[in-house]
Amino acid sequence: MANKDFLLAVEGLTVSFDGFKAVNDLSFYVEEEEIRVIIGPNGAGKTTVLDLICGKTKSTSGSIKFRGKELTKLNEHSIVHAGVGRKFQNPSIYEDLTVFENLELSFPRGRNVFGALAFKRDAEVMAAVEEVADTIFLTEFLGTTAGLLSHGQKQWLEIGMLLIQKPDLLMLDEPVAGMSVAERKQTAELLNRITKGRAVIVIEHDMQFVEDIAHRVTVMHQGKTLSEGSMERVKNDPKVVEVYLGH
Amino acid sequence: MFSDYSSTELISIFAMQGFAGLILFSVFVLMALGLAIIFGQMGVINMAHGEFMILGAYVTFLISNLFADFMPAIFSIYFFIAMIVAFFVCGAVGAFVEWSIIRHLYRRPLDTLLATWGLSLILQQLYRTVFGAREVGVTIPDWMMGSIPLTDIIEIPLNGVFVMCLTLIITLAVYFLMFKSRFGGQVRAVVQNRPMAGAVGINTEKVDRITFALGCGIAGIAGSAFTMIGSTGPTSGQLYIVDTFLVVVFGGAASLLGTIASAFTISQAQSTMEFFLSGSMSKVLTLLTVVIILMIRPQGLFALKLRK
Amino acid sequence: MSLQNFKSVFPKTDIYYFAILAVVIVVIMPLSMDIFRLNLVGKYLTYAFVALGLVLCWGYGGILSLGQGVFFGLGGYCMAMFLKLEASDPESTKIQSTPGIPDFMDWNQITELPWFWEPFYNLPFALIAVLVVPTIFAYIVGVAMFKRRVGGVYFAIITQALASILTILIIGQQGYTGGVNGITDLRTLLGWDIRTDSAKYILYFVNAGLLFTCLVIAQVVRKSKLGRLLVAMRDQEDRVRFSGYDVSNFKIFIFCLGAAFAAIGGAMFTLQVGFMSPSFVGIVPSIEMVIFCAVGGRLSIFGAVYGTLLVNWAKTTFSESFPELWLFAMGALFIAVVMAFPNGLAGIYKTHAQPFIKKIPKLIKELAEPRAHVKSGAQ
Repeated sequence: MANKDFLLAVEGLTVSFDGFKAVNDLSFYVEEEEIRVIIGPNGAGKTTVLDLICGKTKSTSGSIKFRGKELTKLNEHSIVHAGVGRKFQNPSIYEDLTVFENLELSFPRGRNVFGALAFKRDAEVMAAVEEVADTIFLTEFLGTTAGLLSHGQKQWLEIGMLLIQKPDLLMLDEPVAGMSVAERKQTAELLNRITKGRAVIVIEHDMQFVEDIAHRVTVMHQGKTLSEGSMERVKNDPKVVEVYLGH
Repeated sequence: MFSDYSSTELISIFAMQGFAGLILFSVFVLMALGLAIIFGQMGVINMAHGEFMILGAYVTFLISNLFADFMPAIFSIYFFIAMIVAFFVCGAVGAFVEWSIIRHLYRRPLDTLLATWGLSLILQQLYRTVFGAREVGVTIPDWMMGSIPLTDIIEIPLNGVFVMCLTLIITLAVYFLMFKSRFGGQVRAVVQNRPMAGAVGINTEKVDRITFALGCGIAGIAGSAFTMIGSTGPTSGQLYIVDTFLVVVFGGAASLLGTIASAFTISQAQSTMEFFLSGSMSKVLTLLTVVIILMIRPQGLFALKLRK
Repeated sequence: MSLQNFKSVFPKTDIYYFAILAVVIVVIMPLSMDIFRLNLVGKYLTYAFVALGLVLCWGYGGILSLGQGVFFGLGGYCMAMFLKLEASDPESTKIQSTPGIPDFMDWNQITELPWFWEPFYNLPFALIAVLVVPTIFAYIVGVAMFKRRVGGVYFAIITQALASILTILIIGQQGYTGGVNGITDLRTLLGWDIRTDSAKYILYFVNAGLLFTCLVIAQVVRKSKLGRLLVAMRDQEDRVRFSGYDVSNFKIFIFCLGAAFAAIGGAMFTLQVGFMSPSFVGIVPSIEMVIFCAVGGRLSIFGAVYGTLLVNWAKTTFSESFPELWLFAMGALFIAVVMAFPNGLAGIYKTHAQPFIKKIPKLIKELAEPRAHVKSGAQ
């Protein structure tokens, strides 16, 4: 298959911090509407991969092609404009603003200085915010200051802030960490629902959750791909077993 | 601008200005060491650092008077006692300031900046009330007077040499304390991961207090040394504070070597240019160059690329 | 602007605050003071422009500039250069060895007007320069710093260094700048004597008008999406960046706006006080302006004005009667406002006075009620 048929093609990606290669010659491919889960022990470079894709960290070498467009040369906001959304490990929302305002600020219009000055809260914005709020179970909380939400609700809100931008690729860093069992279930359902029409990359440690959602799994170890394939295949890969249980 | 001077004259000029620069370098290093510890290790901006230095200078002044009045026989060694007293007085005041103000503001660096500025105003007025607005100077002991003639044009004043030696010794002491001792390890542990340091049994509050007090104490020694080369007034500290902050930032805040290298570069640049341009222009050019370099390389001269 | 839009930018309570401030500045002050005191208030109000800019930059944007004096000074100097040239016509400077140039140039053996002074013969140029020179300077600094993600204490220290550099430069180049005394002895604006009492009255009201214009601009900005973005950036800069915004552009904009406000203040200072000097440019005045803003409340545009007036009134009163105590009081103010009242007067008003004020209609009702009872009892 040629590169451009993939939504995201990562090839030979390397980043080194003062000689330490956090990600080392990594390659993987994500298809349209795929849910890809990246797992691996601590320090395997999972979060760094997301940082590299969304432009937070600049790569030392290698390429990241999104719909055939090279992302390594773009700055962060251009990568977002290209259609990549990224959720951070700790819920990062605007705690001083209301849920409504959080979503409104994420609505993709008026993104430059003068656009923001002229921005009006019109019917289109209201409709988009209400639709997303409904998806992320926060309709009743639109007027609440975001800092007062529970940990799980904050995670959902951040996902909602990405959804309102309608990204083609959504990257989630440990979306269910710190959630209750019920919230985990709801989140799995949410993820399954929102992948319609977009691909998702998830970093997660919770194996039950991974089994619930993953189409394919990439196992990372020491900055490299250790194994890749369906959950079933990966689980039975002796290399994976050794990394997880060997020491 | 060089054409008016012969080559031997030029060499002498550079040597003399270089030496003057070395004295400025010593003051910068002594002041920057304390700041680098407080800012680089704790992330606290202490705008009153210059006033701590001046406190050390006033302590030295008082003790020199004390010796002159009551113990003239051993006047020649008063300086060493003054230096030790200055260290402890400034350290104690520093510990009190940390306890009363700084510890409440660790998460708000910009607010510490404003609060310590307030403190500096209070200290300045206090000095003015106690010691008067005029600058005071100490009597330099006899053995520090005079100079070593190097060639027939170049002479090296002894007090300058003494201050430089002192700087060297204190720098080495700080280096060993911060990077080779158990205490230094604890400070760096607290800086890098406060909850973890607390969990392994380090008393983080105590470490903070001692670190801050140490930085202030070193400022006190700087003040002591300062009296050997200049006179002291209530606002003398403020003259150096911005330069010293630039020295620390320019060197890369957490790097001791960087601080020394940048103090050297800035002081030499300034004092060499001073001979050819007016004093104010050389300062403007030096500071402007530093600011422009910092705009291009904000992390300073010596900083690691870290995984964030 | 539609009515609904107007209401979202100017909610009812803010309209009241605008009205109260307008009454205080435009009615109460001029009626209760002689022209000397009023001129002093006018001078204080020029600092309020700076404090207002700081509310937007620091309070909303989280960018603490310790070099606002630079912009105040640049604005003030642009104005002063025009006025000085007008005051230095060959007729009134005929005793100089080179008539027709400013007196301080003559004292410094300069025999020709420097090229950068030439355009300041023209008033429209000078007025444009008042706004444009500081804003461009802020833009350059802003681009250099914010595009490279320098912020927080580094930004504070570098802006402070800039204030220090400009002061040393102005003092050092006295032939071109008037040195430590500044540009003094300003007399007329297009022939209109600015030193008379009537001129001072007029300038006071012009100043007040400009201040209200800036307040309205600040209100529009803070109530716009840009205002909310600034708050969002202050808390979660990365989230804003990864929501598709070029964060640095917003910081540059707000920093430039703050600089432009400060510059207007500087120009009005020159006009009302009649001189401009490096003592309004350096580190000390710059950080004092931060305290005006902090005392008023770093998140309140009205607080900035009241805070400036209050601190300066206190400064004048103290330094007249207890000059010794003033620095102690000022120092204590810095520490207290940071540690005990981080939201300044506006914060105190909000937590203590506002609930009480909201109760007033109820209290009035309660006062009226017993009478109603008595009435009903009598029946």
